[in-house]
Amino acid sequence: MSTPTKDETAEPASKVELPESVAGSGEIPSFEITLRVRRYNPEFSDEAHWDDFQLTMYGTDRVLDALHKAKWEHDGSVSFRRSCAHGVCGSDAMRINGRNRLACKVLLKDLDTSKPITVEPIKGLPVEKDLIVDMEPFFQSYREIMPFLMNNSHTPTKERLQSSEERERFDDTTKCILCAACTSSCPVFWTDGQYFGPAAIVNAHRFIFDSRDDAGDMRLEILNDKEGVWRCRTTFNCTDACPRGIQVTKAIAEVKQAILSRKV
Amino acid sequence: MAQTIQPPRSYDNTKTGIKYNRTGGSGSNFEMIGWLFMRLSGIVLLVLIFVHLYVNLMVGDGIQAVDFGFVAGKWADPFWQVWDLAMLWLAMLHGTNGVRTIINDYADKDGTRFWLKMILYAATVVILVLGTLVIFTFNPCPPGAAAELLPSFCSAS
Repeated sequence: MSTPTKDETAEPASKVELPESVAGSGEIPSFEITLRVRRYNPEFSDEAHWDDFQLTMYGTDRVLDALHKAKWEHDGSVSFRRSCAHGVCGSDAMRINGRNRLACKVLLKDLDTSKPITVEPIKGLPVEKDLIVDMEPFFQSYREIMPFLMNNSHTPTKERLQSSEERERFDDTTKCILCAACTSSCPVFWTDGQYFGPAAIVNAHRFIFDSRDDAGDMRLEILNDKEGVWRCRTTFNCTDACPRGIQVTKAIAEVKQAILSRKV
Repeated sequence: MAQTIQPPRSYDNTKTGIKYNRTGGSGSNFEMIGWLFMRLSGIVLLVLIFVHLYVNLMVGDGIQAVDFGFVAGKWADPFWQVWDLAMLWLAMLHGTNGVRTIINDYADKDGTRFWLKMILYAATVVILVLGTLVIFTFNPCPPGAAAELLPSFCSAS
């Protein structure tokens, strides 16, 4: 295997072959960007700092491509998580220009390329290295709401039937990919991390409103905790952050109403 | 600059080998009642406060009429006594609960949180007791007071 030389890019920009007759075809525009990455490596220093990378990127590139370019061609020690790179696995949630986004879903051309593009780890979770955070508190909350089907009736020989209206009731919250963009955008979660957080509530919502599930009351009881839904201040940061477009704040409000209608 | 992104649950409540446990819940409905109270008292306060402002500042001579005698006149009427009492209690409890949630959200140490809340509750109790006493025991013409300190209408009777 040959190592790429300086001029050779590790991954050339993707191009779509279009016939000459199609309007707008031709060279994909390229531009210079400054990628400003929050660096932290506890093995060398307890202090975090910013690193700038000057990169030539293309109109089809995403923030993730810029991070790849920085890691593959400039500094191999830049650390971040990414798996599928297509907005489904939820590994690469990060704070891009101060907003929680998936790096694989933000096109560079949609950002202001005249200014440095800042990339930080998601807030409120312990940083391990660079953009990698310890997701354990996040998954702890997720486990606590019991994200699995619980049904008291006998196991049927066929599938458990459900009308399309019953399915529609929780359709929005089935889309969650557990990227933690919502929970780590929540100011209440930032303070002490005790709040269950939007993602756990969204995943509880998915089962609470599922007609096949019998443990809705248990989950509502869990979320009636002092760290539960009542700590939500409806700032809508979570709805803005969700890469799947889930109406997170609305789901939290529906859980609040379910608790109220059960108790009052 | 030090690492500014603080790890949450830095208490590391290790229980049964699991890190980052949530501090145990109380199992009460207190937070739910608090949440509900904020919404209901808010709606009631909107009516109470705007009628209060309208009656004091717009009706009759408007703001020019507000003086010691005006307040004394209002508090001679049980209707306005109850009105002002409801306004005092709802506004104080609404405000106290609001500040309580802010303290819960922003104080990071348990000790700080506890003492800030104690100061808040003490202030609330003092204002509620004092305010309630004033509304019900208010006497514009206390007997035995020096005549020049009293408003003119006291000598009229």
